[in-house]
Amino acid sequence: MGVVDWILGVLVRGMALGTPLLWGALGEIYAERAGVVNLGVEGMMILGAFFAFAAAQVTGHPGLGLLVAAVIGGMAALLHAFVSVTLRANQFVSGLALSMLGLGLAGLLGRGWEGFPLSNPLPELSILPPLGVLLAVALWALLYHTRWGIILRTVGESPAAADAMGIDVALVRYLAVVFGGMLAGVAGGFLSVAYRPSWTEGMTGGIGWIVVALAIFASWDPLRAIGAALLFGTLFHLSFRLQAWIPPEPLQMMPFAFTILVLAIAARWGARAWQAPAALGLPYLRGER
Amino acid sequence: MHSASAPSALPSVPSGASVRLAVKEISKTFPGVVANDRVTLDVRRGEVHALLGENGAGKTTLMNILYGIYQPDAGEIVIDGREVRVRSPRDAIAHGVGMVPQHFLLVRRHTVAENVALGLSGTRFLLPVRGVEMQINAFADRYGLRVDPHAAVWHLSISEQQRVEILKALLRGAEILILDEPTSVLTPQEATQLFGVLRRMKEEGKSVIFITHKLDEVLAAADRVTVMRKGRVIDTVPVGMASKPQLARMMVGHDVDFQLPARRPGTGAPALVVEDLWVQGDRGLPVVRGVSFVLHRQEILGIAGVAGNGQRELVEALTGLRRVERGRVTALDRDVSRWSPRTMSKMGVAHIPEERIRMGIVPPMSVTENAILRRYEEPPFSRGPLMDYVSATRFAQQLIVEYSIQTPSPRTPARLLSGGNIQKLILARELSHRPDLIIAAHPTYGLDVSTTDRIHRLLLQRRDDCAAVLLVSEDLDEIRALADRIGVMYGGELVAVVPAGTDRETVGLLMAGQRV
Repeated sequence: MGVVDWILGVLVRGMALGTPLLWGALGEIYAERAGVVNLGVEGMMILGAFFAFAAAQVTGHPGLGLLVAAVIGGMAALLHAFVSVTLRANQFVSGLALSMLGLGLAGLLGRGWEGFPLSNPLPELSILPPLGVLLAVALWALLYHTRWGIILRTVGESPAAADAMGIDVALVRYLAVVFGGMLAGVAGGFLSVAYRPSWTEGMTGGIGWIVVALAIFASWDPLRAIGAALLFGTLFHLSFRLQAWIPPEPLQMMPFAFTILVLAIAARWGARAWQAPAALGLPYLRGER
Repeated sequence: MHSASAPSALPSVPSGASVRLAVKEISKTFPGVVANDRVTLDVRRGEVHALLGENGAGKTTLMNILYGIYQPDAGEIVIDGREVRVRSPRDAIAHGVGMVPQHFLLVRRHTVAENVALGLSGTRFLLPVRGVEMQINAFADRYGLRVDPHAAVWHLSISEQQRVEILKALLRGAEILILDEPTSVLTPQEATQLFGVLRRMKEEGKSVIFITHKLDEVLAAADRVTVMRKGRVIDTVPVGMASKPQLARMMVGHDVDFQLPARRPGTGAPALVVEDLWVQGDRGLPVVRGVSFVLHRQEILGIAGVAGNGQRELVEALTGLRRVERGRVTALDRDVSRWSPRTMSKMGVAHIPEERIRMGIVPPMSVTENAILRRYEEPPFSRGPLMDYVSATRFAQQLIVEYSIQTPSPRTPARLLSGGNIQKLILARELSHRPDLIIAAHPTYGLDVSTTDRIHRLLLQRRDDCAAVLLVSEDLDEIRALADRIGVMYGGELVAVVPAGTDRETVGLLMAGQRV
């Protein structure tokens, strides 16, 4: 096998694994651009994965499975939005809880479904990878060149400014978080109906955490998320592919090491476009000082 | 003072078409405080209406009610003859009310055009910024509010940011514009410019409500003035019929002595010697560039300058908060160039920081805890690992009385105090141990007349007690009133040190970067 073939093969696998990373990261980027960190990606993804599999298995339509996954992911995110936006609880705690909740719930519900292959899977590299790239471009354009984009970014940078301009901060945050959850659900669904068409407990295997890192690594920019997803996907794949020669752990750590590196660079050399939304992680209460 | 004679001479009921906004019997209570007590006033078309009052008089609360930030407990708002409910800023905007808050609500990372486009309902969905740029330029010309639509807000000076806030409100079709303490961040020249803008808005028939506690500004810019005290309206009078002492009396409730105690001649030994000081700013560029000066005991050295010319970094370097890149700082006969803020403070250097809420106090902690922040680990406030809250509370109570800090109790979280009382708490803490060197940054920024006067007297008293005071302020009047010598910073350099009696114009020109 030639080197070129080998590299192409690795890239194709990287793209396959990069697809759920990209979908999940686009959702997380939108939530965080509105000022809400959602560490519940892992939980939303695993719920999406299970419900997509179950729906696809029962109905025979994998596409319907993805749709169900989106709805389930959105509902899970709605819970996070309620706790962190309406109740103004700590976003990190709420997100972590959502991850744990999702993993537990999916494991419980999935008991009887364990180990069966999906009868009618979706081809891995058919719709979702190119659609993900298109979505990234569309979300980028929406973010930087439309009125909605200005509103979303303002809510994440300065909710007080948005509020004073008559924008409903809570509504924008709810929409962004739920949208993010829907994409995370689809990302999870991709795993169970296309990437590895079956259901196994804990099958997301930490991809949700890579998604969170990826949103930061891409410095909250949907376009950069495309390349970053391909990079992280490739690294993740190589960690299996090269197992015979090097242990998988160092390569699996890479996404997180890169993310820390990018954070360090952004903090030290202060390119403003690379910095986090100013109100990220902060609940908003009108009139509070 | 509470006579009904003066208001009866004016139409306080919206009978004529000239009344645009009427506030009737508005009351608002916060836990423990009556912020607005049956407030009634009216604002006419084509009028600049000043709202004068001390801190805590309820001016800002009233304006926040008009803008939908707070809901009133009772009373009504009438705009153009119709009673309206203002449940949110959105409602306020719909009724033609615009607000320029004291602390600007701009997205620092966005451009001017993006900030403006945000609130415009007519903006197109795609590429919204393009159309807005033209509108900004048109309005900028019409009102004399020049600003580059493409510039990111964090690049702009404070006065430019204020222009953006005004443009935002005007472009949204504000007919009633509320400005909350608009001149507190401006140089005298910039303030004069702003008054010109207000005049132009007035000529177009807009109504301007102008919140202030500075009497000179009321006389210079307003048509009528409503004076508030302790949540109540004292009176509304035409500015032509008002005098400065009369307004001051209405605002404070008693006669105000504008005269500070006379200077005592003579200075003592050097207390702070700064030699060729270089300091870097947040972005890694030198923002204090070779500053040298000597400050003596029994002397107040004022540092004047427009914000952002290195004053903040100078103060931070002198108090140990920022690294000294080059040069030497000698305080009270010791080389402190590399000292930490803690050792500086232990040595007897008091710091009245620029941002009183962020740097001066720990907002959620009690007044008592904030009062002992400097010496909490020493007896009598602690014994070994244990705190002695009894003696801490006794100490706090003593400060509360001595510095007349208004707080429900020593246990109240410091964040619930008004700005003036927070500042008095900080001064009480910093001055209670009789420091020899006081570094004060904007000590009276945004404070009312009586608190300002109180703080001025405290600083003068320390000076007469042989302490040295470095007073950094953007308020030229304050510096001229207190300082024995005036240094002017521009572009990170101390461009001149002039005697106290130097006229405003000369200092103003130095502040604007012109060498004299």
